[in-house]
Amino acid sequence: MKTQLKKADGLEPRPMVINLGPSHPSMHNTLRVIAELDGEIIRKADLEIGYLHCGFEKIAESKTYHQFIAFTDRMGYTSALCNNIGYVLAVEKLLGIDVPERCKWIRVILAELARLSDHVMSIGLMAMDIGAFTVMLYGFIERELIYDVFEASTGGRMTMSYPRIGGLVKDVPKDFGERVLKFADRVDPFCSEVEELLENNRIWNERTRGVGVIPREEAVNWGITGPLLRAFGVNYDIRKVNPYLTYDQIDFEVPLRPEGDVFARYKVKMAEMRQSARILRQAVEKMPKSGPINIDDHGIILPPKDGMKGSIESLIHHFKLIIDGIKIPAGESYFCTETPNGELGFYIVSDGGRHPVRMRVRPPTFYNLQPFPRMVEGGFISDSIAVMASLNIAAGELDR
Amino acid sequence: MSTLEIIVTCIKVLAVFTALQMAVPVLVIMERRGVSFIQDRVGPDRCGPFGLLQPFADAAKLVFKEDITPRHVDKLLYFLAPAFCLIVPTVAFAVVPFGSGIRIGDFTLSFQIADFRVGVLYLLAILSMSSFGVVCAGWAQNNKYGTLSALRGVAQSVSYEIAMCLAVVAVVMSTNSDSGVSSTAMSTIVADQGGTYLGFFPKWNVFTQPIAFFIFLAAMYAETNRTPFDFVECEQELVAGYMTEYGSMKFSMLFMGEYIAMALQSALLVTFFLGGWTLPWVDLGDGSIAGGIASVIVFLVKWFAVAWLYIWVRWTLPRLRYDKLMDLGWKALVPLALINIVATAFVGVWLRS
Amino acid sequence: MFKDAESVKEKFPAGFLAYEEFRNQPTIIVKPEAVFEVLRFLKDDPSAGYDLLVDVTAVDHGAGLSDNRFSVVYHLCRTAEGKRLRLKAFLNADKPVIESVVPLWLAANWAEREAYDLMGITFRNHPDLRRIMLPDSFEHHPLRKDYPVEGRGERDSFIKYNPDDGL
Repeated sequence: MKTQLKKADGLEPRPMVINLGPSHPSMHNTLRVIAELDGEIIRKADLEIGYLHCGFEKIAESKTYHQFIAFTDRMGYTSALCNNIGYVLAVEKLLGIDVPERCKWIRVILAELARLSDHVMSIGLMAMDIGAFTVMLYGFIERELIYDVFEASTGGRMTMSYPRIGGLVKDVPKDFGERVLKFADRVDPFCSEVEELLENNRIWNERTRGVGVIPREEAVNWGITGPLLRAFGVNYDIRKVNPYLTYDQIDFEVPLRPEGDVFARYKVKMAEMRQSARILRQAVEKMPKSGPINIDDHGIILPPKDGMKGSIESLIHHFKLIIDGIKIPAGESYFCTETPNGELGFYIVSDGGRHPVRMRVRPPTFYNLQPFPRMVEGGFISDSIAVMASLNIAAGELDR
Repeated sequence: MSTLEIIVTCIKVLAVFTALQMAVPVLVIMERRGVSFIQDRVGPDRCGPFGLLQPFADAAKLVFKEDITPRHVDKLLYFLAPAFCLIVPTVAFAVVPFGSGIRIGDFTLSFQIADFRVGVLYLLAILSMSSFGVVCAGWAQNNKYGTLSALRGVAQSVSYEIAMCLAVVAVVMSTNSDSGVSSTAMSTIVADQGGTYLGFFPKWNVFTQPIAFFIFLAAMYAETNRTPFDFVECEQELVAGYMTEYGSMKFSMLFMGEYIAMALQSALLVTFFLGGWTLPWVDLGDGSIAGGIASVIVFLVKWFAVAWLYIWVRWTLPRLRYDKLMDLGWKALVPLALINIVATAFVGVWLRS
Repeated sequence: MFKDAESVKEKFPAGFLAYEEFRNQPTIIVKPEAVFEVLRFLKDDPSAGYDLLVDVTAVDHGAGLSDNRFSVVYHLCRTAEGKRLRLKAFLNADKPVIESVVPLWLAANWAEREAYDLMGITFRNHPDLRRIMLPDSFEHHPLRKDYPVEGRGERDSFIKYNPDDGL
């Protein structure tokens, strides 16, 4: 397929440079790929990001620790709860506190539901970018049902800001377990349906197999994490290697694929959804049916809202906590969690004041996107679309 | 040609043209409600009963939009391209027989505008022009997506037209011209498919020429640029391809052109392979008024079924990659079609001897 | 003391500055000149074997400081067992320059560009040290403590598109 550009009379042969983005139907976010084309083949690709740079890290330095929770939603909006939980866990790590058992289990369930909603979307969008539009809308049905569970327990559908440092905003409703189990039962039929629709299809196989492969060592070297890295056959899941919450008490597998192509990424995500359903079932069973959800430390936890409206002491307490923020010891800590896209880390440097000195977010998609030019150079334009879709970029997190 | 015949032909032209224009909204609502059904959602249901007026609302919206001509376009081609896209498939409809005919006294009202002896050749000639619209539009708008789309469009049309023509050649070869004008006349191809083998089995070409049928089916999707071969306008890669810089009525003309092409291809599939207006067990070509009307209804039912197939395929399959498309066209369909022609010839000679 | 920190101390007595542990998270502080070699050792040494560079970032410890104002922080991880290590190097305010680790980890490419863009740390031998988040015409490094949260009016001075200028 190699063509040589010939010099015609008076015409300088130039490769065609095409912009994919920042506003382009296949870029679900604002990012730009500058591709140098030779016919249909991409010879060189360059990425330009930063269109959604909001300065979250700078803003964090003038906000209290509690206030920043709402910003984490906006970073990973397709899996907001995973980001919330990752952040509060990072602050709790810095504080050196441990939340009650029931709170941990609730967080596990919510994080897994968020993972499911993200995977459902990412598979749907991947299929949509390859041309199978219908799968995306099937995914939307499931996502709406997950959002129903979220709405019942957190009050929000997309951005919840539900966890708090040291606990949760409020307890989950009584039928939370049943709702979760009801959804968990839908995961397997959904996965089977999508697999049936896509994997028996020759076009899907041709479009995804062998596309976007880089060597396995290079994948680690590029800092890829999450399902993407596991599609390269590297067994690195933070839920297993550095268990947080109650993941060490749950029996689940880490799906691996050796190929590293778009098909493997899709398969890993599908298998992970099934594992998430398995985690949900176990978590609902093992979750304490009653008990505290917040730690018993009123220097950290806000007083209940109805108490605050009734007594002056609670009001002062609330006021102090909101205005002054919580007391965090001087020090620094890095805490990472496994979000649907990979390792989300918060590196917090505190000097003991009410604001952090530095809040660094280690965004998974930032590192996952980096090897994109390497994955698509030499391939077709269509392949670059498939690869981009398989990376599942969330620009809020990418640019922060 | 008598004056009466000229007047009747003019009326038929008008009727077919209007019917085609009206086929677009029907196809649009069919597609939108059909895809909603496939995708487990409701779809447009607010405009009129069952949302039937939705396409008209869309059309009204498009007509009243500001007609922008970007500064960097090639004006002449930019204005010509939508017309081209609309006219080519419409003109091709001239030879499509959509019913048997009604005999009144010694005047026969045939449900076909023009029954050429070389109808098939006319049709293929017109169809080969269909890529001009795409090329003009893609080139005129001076836009990289458009240029890429035009390049793809032309390559795709050329490769799949060959396969399509070869498939039709096999059909023409297997058509018995004894009962009609010539085996390249569309009316003869349809008339030959009427009746049955052994009294019950339909004489449709889909059964005698199955390979040609599937080649034609695949080429048909490629010719109309529909999924899985919609490279010319695949949204995720080329934004809207050759339509990118068009707006308002010019966009809607491109859009209509595409749907009329779809209608045309469905009609051709019905004509060439599914027996056209004939029903295997009933003779609708006796010239009676009831037979004539029934034949039109039979044609429409078949046509709708094929158009539904278009929609069904579009919302089920992913899109192929460009090189795979070319591979399929040149390495699979064209050789297969050639083999099919040779096989048809052999069988024909053997049957005759 | 953490085993890998001990081996770093042994191997690089001149570059090693301190070892800290907070909330069970080990941190090695080294001189900026030694960072590249220490990281190479931590990556290639089979007993350390940190194959994943989790993150590279920079911290501004205060606008008034002249010595040790910035620190460049590397987070490492060994993917097989989840062993983690933090490496830090302090830089002075007048010359925030450090060796790039892109030759070791490709992952550092964008992260170092981001640290350069937002914090103004220059990475020597970086293959492509451009701004990544902010436009090229931007003059400041906004994550520094002396840059106000609300900005310095750059919003008003961005080039605006004027259709009359043509394409």
